[in-house]
Amino acid sequence: MYPPRFNYESPKSLAEAISLLTAGGGEAKVLAGGQSLVPMLKLRFASPEMLVDINNIPGLNYVRRDADGSIHIGALCRHEDLEKSEVIAEHQPTIAAAAPLVADPIVRTRGTFVGSVCHADPQGDWSATMIALDGHIVAQGPNGKRNIPARDFVTGPFQNALAFDEIAIEAVIPAPKGDVHGGYLKLERRVGDFATAAVAVALETSGGKVIRAGIALTGVGGRTINANVAADSLVGSALTIESITRAGELAAAAAEPRSDHRGSASYKRHIVSTFLTRILNNISESTVKAA
Amino acid sequence: MSSLYEEISAPPAAGVPVRRVTLNVNGQDRTVDVEPRLLLAHLLRQGLKLTGTHTGCDTSNCGACTVLFDGRPIKSCTMFAVQADGHEVQTVEGLATQSSLHPLQEGFKEEHGLQCGFCTPGMMMAAKALLESNPNPTEDEIRWAISGNLCRCTGYQNIVKAILWAAEKMRGSSN
Ligand SMILES: Cc1cc2nc3c(=O)[nH]c(=O)nc-3n(C[C@H](O)[C@H](O)[C@H](O)COP(=O)(O)OP(=O)(O)OC[C@H]3O[C@@H](n4cnc5c(N)ncnc54)[C@H](O)[C@@H]3O)c2cc1C
Ligand code: FES
Ligand code: FES
Repeated sequence: MYPPRFNYESPKSLAEAISLLTAGGGEAKVLAGGQSLVPMLKLRFASPEMLVDINNIPGLNYVRRDADGSIHIGALCRHEDLEKSEVIAEHQPTIAAAAPLVADPIVRTRGTFVGSVCHADPQGDWSATMIALDGHIVAQGPNGKRNIPARDFVTGPFQNALAFDEIAIEAVIPAPKGDVHGGYLKLERRVGDFATAAVAVALETSGGKVIRAGIALTGVGGRTINANVAADSLVGSALTIESITRAGELAAAAAEPRSDHRGSASYKRHIVSTFLTRILNNISESTVKAA
Repeated sequence: MSSLYEEISAPPAAGVPVRRVTLNVNGQDRTVDVEPRLLLAHLLRQGLKLTGTHTGCDTSNCGACTVLFDGRPIKSCTMFAVQADGHEVQTVEGLATQSSLHPLQEGFKEEHGLQCGFCTPGMMMAAKALLESNPNPTEDEIRWAISGNLCRCTGYQNIVKAILWAAEKMRGSSN
């Protein structure tokens, strides 16, 4: 399969990349890991006039934790970099849990976290972690930078809030105010498959009580679902069997699954509540042990 | 130098972009003219006649086209040849020397790690990347590392054994 013809540029700076996108007037597309874009081009679901390859721009491949505790993931940080990152393993359990479950090990050496969020696949894993963590995307365009909250970033299936001349340069996870807990569980038919259903959880606790909660669902709707009602129900008290069960029910109610070859709608709803209660039970056990 | 746009279709019409790129393949610099849409897998197979790299699914799923790109395994059907400009690519042809097989090749032979052989080059390159970062992998770690490579014949059992065999041999020879 051959993609349609396109022009190719590999700028060496962000400024150059942005002016190429500006000149392209909406007909140019950013090429990051290519693990979604190249297959789409081959299937001719996309036919941009120009690809602006950002892989040769220095300074975009990082994952770091700042002094304030916020975590920053650069546009060229690959899935595998996160899987192997000590910063993530130590400080960010939601991302640590999801990293080995994204695609397969070979795709993970190329595909990027930020590219995946930009791709806005309703079945993509990283958007869910970003929404659960209340992160934001830093977009840079001809007029400078702006922050776009993850919950507003995805505007529809495969659609995001970037203007045609903007590049997502990093993803930011804000500094936590309490102790950090989290998890990600995904049901897939085999390695490399997209989620039948998956659940991302990010909690902060203080003095045994939940002070912030984020829950997002993958693969059970036309876009990543922000299960904020379920998350809010946890805030203000300690995790108990009752509160966990109730959050599971609320999350299942927030899901909008469709029956397909991966399973029936009711089965997927059931997975959502099972996964959420499983993650919350694990967190509850670990906080009890730590206390 | 080969002009590869001809392999895609008729010679390029005026205005069709062609890029000159130099990449290092198995230790040798190669300079080629490519159309940006040419996939790395096709440059290797048709342009450079290195047909050891197979294309199976052509949809980024099977891993038969796995090569090492600056030492990391990638699916060469999911990257453009222009992107390899200035980079190093290792293919299965680079494993053996004039006089001897690579331990992975020996291992696949000793442990019957292949039947039809279609997945084998990809398996070997994924395994090479694994053994370079982890010379003493467990069976689980091997299964994990090749989980992006599909085999329709062997049931994987002997592939895992072959990689264990190679790991042991490589540890022995480096001591
Ligand atoms: C076999 C296979 C299995 C997969 N399984 C999964 C899975 O289980 N879960 C999952 O989440 N994903 C999966 N993926 C997708 C994979 O995670 C991709 O890496 C990811 O979706 C896109 O990231 P990328 O860097 O490859 O982006 P690209 O493919 O380069 O780009 C994707 C889109 O985002 C845009 N874009 C990329 N980066 C930027 C940027 N910095 N600024 C602005 N726009 C940008 C591009 O223009 C394009 O429209 C799979 C892919 C394959 C091939
Ligand atoms: S041919 Fe490249 S992954 Fe199958
Ligand atoms: S040996 Fe036939 S596909 Fe693996």
